[in-house]
Amino acid sequence: MTVPIVAVGLARRFGDARVLDSVDLTVDGGELVALLGPNGAGKTTLLRVLATLLRPSAGSLHLFGEEARHRSPSLLARIGYVGHESSCYPDLTGAENLAFYASIFGIARPAARIAELLDWAGLTTAARRPVRFYSRGMQQRLALARVLLHEPALLLLDEPWNGLDPHAAALLDERLTTMRSAGHTIVLTTHDVARAARIATRSAILDRGRIVWTSESAADPTVVASAYRAKVGGRA
Amino acid sequence: MIEGTLAILKKDLRIEWRTRESISSVVVLAVLLLVVFTVAHDPTPETAPTLGPSVLWATFVLTGLLGVQRGFLLERENDCLAGLLTSPLDPASIYLGKVAANVVLLASMQAVVVPLIALFLHVSVAGALPGLVAVLALGNVGFASLATLFAAVAVRLRAREVMLPVLLLPLLVPLLIGSVQATQAVLASGIGAAREAIAVLLAFDVIFGVAGWLLFAYVVRD
Repeated sequence: MTVPIVAVGLARRFGDARVLDSVDLTVDGGELVALLGPNGAGKTTLLRVLATLLRPSAGSLHLFGEEARHRSPSLLARIGYVGHESSCYPDLTGAENLAFYASIFGIARPAARIAELLDWAGLTTAARRPVRFYSRGMQQRLALARVLLHEPALLLLDEPWNGLDPHAAALLDERLTTMRSAGHTIVLTTHDVARAARIATRSAILDRGRIVWTSESAADPTVVASAYRAKVGGRA
Repeated sequence: MIEGTLAILKKDLRIEWRTRESISSVVVLAVLLLVVFTVAHDPTPETAPTLGPSVLWATFVLTGLLGVQRGFLLERENDCLAGLLTSPLDPASIYLGKVAANVVLLASMQAVVVPLIALFLHVSVAGALPGLVAVLALGNVGFASLATLFAAVAVRLRAREVMLPVLLLPLLVPLLIGSVQATQAVLASGIGAAREAIAVLLAFDVIFGVAGWLLFAYVVRD
């Protein structure tokens, strides 16, 4: 099996600002890696580079053995990405959004899959309502349903628990754990050190564009929290 | 690629049908411009037919800019573009779907505005309708091909409302000249007389259609 992520010396600049600096990251199949770090550490930029949305300024990135810059359709079909926003059209209903994404991902029997995911996200009754009228939490649940449509082999989630109520957050934990056990690879960013450490197989701390600490395996949340305090200090 | 193009077209038209934001603002602006041009020139029945084509195309280009820009703002809201770009959809399909949606929008606006131009400027379009439809179709495809590409560039910019016309209008000059000449010839003597101008429109459509198809993948990513 090819390694889902092999990043070597990744850097990304925005003008004069160096947001990512020599990031080396290898993620094996079936891993759930939590990227932690204060605001502005470069977590979102790293995730967008991994999702091939941003070109790295330097370094190399291979996803499933392919050079990411080629962005082949077969590679993109194996990736799922949820950013800070839902990527769902406000003037379409929740069901229409999922149907649209199902069509561009070529999902077989989309109606059954959409119904299943709407049910999982607790959006069955709101499915015929335009997304414009969804709350922040409902939009986040829809975004997660959207990215699960094609069961991506590599799931990239930027602060996935944002806006979720405790029940929805617990459902997401359960889903991510099940997916990881089934061999899917997951990389997520979060500020919730304790929650991430509970489900992650590995944690990494990013600060000022560099990975400054990585756990070798699943680590106790208190170990991750103390590493976070030691590396990042009081910065949120 | 065809399936992807149709999915984008269907999605854009569904949103437009539901909100009617672009078509309503584009039609209102077109009618206002038409009234302003007519009142400003105060054409006589003799001068009106020669004025008609230029008023027609000036109105279409100015209002078309508004519609094309709105088409890309859809993708910026909620960062929907990230959803498209992380899908296996060929970026060329996104481009072609957007061009097709813009052509439909322009044609819908023209279905309202052309009869009004005929009325206000005393232009007889009934006899020349097939030729006029062909010229409008070629002009729309050329405009949408170029404008969609530049809208993808301008939508990232802070001053996007200003930058789109500044970037686009100079490049539209050959299309505008060709469209006005072709329309004048069609209205005066039929489609046979518009052969040269139609060749210019065809060349424009092919050049900028292919350029947009090839370049879109590069301009749409950060």
